[in-house]
Amino acid sequence: MLAKRIIPCLDVKDGTTVKGVQFVNFRNAGDPVALGKQYSEMGADELVYLDITASFEGRKTFTDLVRRIAAEVSIPFTVGGGIHELSDVERLLAAGADKVSVNSSALRRPELITEIATRFGVQECVCAIDARCEEDGHWRCYLNGGRVPTERGLFEWAHEAQERGAGEILFTSMNHDGSKQGFAIEALGRLHDELSIPIIASGGAGCKEDFLNVFEQAHVDAALAASVFHFGEIPMAELKQYLADHGVNVRQTVKR
Amino acid sequence: MIAIVKYNAGNIYSVYCACQRLGYEPVITDDVATLQSADKVIFPGVGDARAAMDYLNQVGLSSVIRGLKQPVLGICVGMQLLCRHSEEGDVDCLGVFDAPVEKFRPTDPSFKVPQMGWNTVQSLRSPLFADVAEQSYVYYVHSYRVPVCADTIAQTDYCGAYSAALHRDNFYATQFHPEKSGSVGEQILKNFLAL
Repeated sequence: MLAKRIIPCLDVKDGTTVKGVQFVNFRNAGDPVALGKQYSEMGADELVYLDITASFEGRKTFTDLVRRIAAEVSIPFTVGGGIHELSDVERLLAAGADKVSVNSSALRRPELITEIATRFGVQECVCAIDARCEEDGHWRCYLNGGRVPTERGLFEWAHEAQERGAGEILFTSMNHDGSKQGFAIEALGRLHDELSIPIIASGGAGCKEDFLNVFEQAHVDAALAASVFHFGEIPMAELKQYLADHGVNVRQTVKR
Repeated sequence: MIAIVKYNAGNIYSVYCACQRLGYEPVITDDVATLQSADKVIFPGVGDARAAMDYLNQVGLSSVIRGLKQPVLGICVGMQLLCRHSEEGDVDCLGVFDAPVEKFRPTDPSFKVPQMGWNTVQSLRSPLFADVAEQSYVYYVHSYRVPVCADTIAQTDYCGAYSAALHRDNFYATQFHPEKSGSVGEQILKNFLAL
């Protein structure tokens, strides 16, 4: 049976991991390659690296980094941030990334998804969506890491992304992100039910039960988190064991 | 010497890196003499079957690959191209394995296509899977699959059983990505390179 995936997300700036990664007894927390290897050994199913560098020089550093990750990490990884056109995708895939994640640039120019899918295949393109549930219950998509509201609704945009050839939807609920109160179960469940491509849940993970709930209730294919992993609050192997004990099909690599 | 077939398909660099992690220094090439004289040939692939076949036919690599005598490992679309025919673009392929490539047609909508992620392999019967346990997890990304056939040496279940790996004569192939399958994948690549 296809396993539910657990995906740590790493923010990278100028070639270094940011967001204060604090593993116990782990000295290389700032090195995205060492960190990725560590996560892979702990049983992560996939990794997401987000480039939050703004400068042109930083982009080149990130490409070099992608090449080093590909050389040393033996599980799939997705890269995102700063992907505006097909040549960005080409450069990152050639450097060894397995998938690219597009967000604001696809909202601004939806044809980008079509172009990536046509040129590289649907499996290469993850459509990341940041959305907030407004007071009237409408889920609105945001640009630029949640800073700029758009006229797009979450479900409408997710459907269009699928039609255009996105291979997965990575949905981050801005209402839940950073709250550590659990994922946006209802919206995620609706995405899962309405779409035929895999859904990755993001935003709100605080404890192991949150992962269990999102898999059991929203039936998503994967769950992504950052700080709970980076700060060692939820050890990967322990999370996998917990999910397995509760009947969720997960891949366990670390024998306990 | 390990040769990786260079053509218009993705993930070639990942395969190269995986071989390097095992201590090999492969060459990525489309040179016929190099491919024919290599000890092992890896035929990777991510992308569209029709585009890949058109390219291979155009540059004359189809007959070269079909005629290779040393151990060959097809990966993902590489495996599908070694089959008889692919539904993806309705294209005739290399025909090493007498099996068709068909699209996943889930009767249950909870099965998403592409299948993306880690699934188990079972009914393992080949030296390719030496020291690999039944029910080990490997990484898949695909929308098309090969049914279980005479050449099947491993199976995976997703909307029914299909071929996770194939073997005929000197040709081996996996639908999953050993280069992305952690330590299990490394063992499988190691087994192939030791054949």
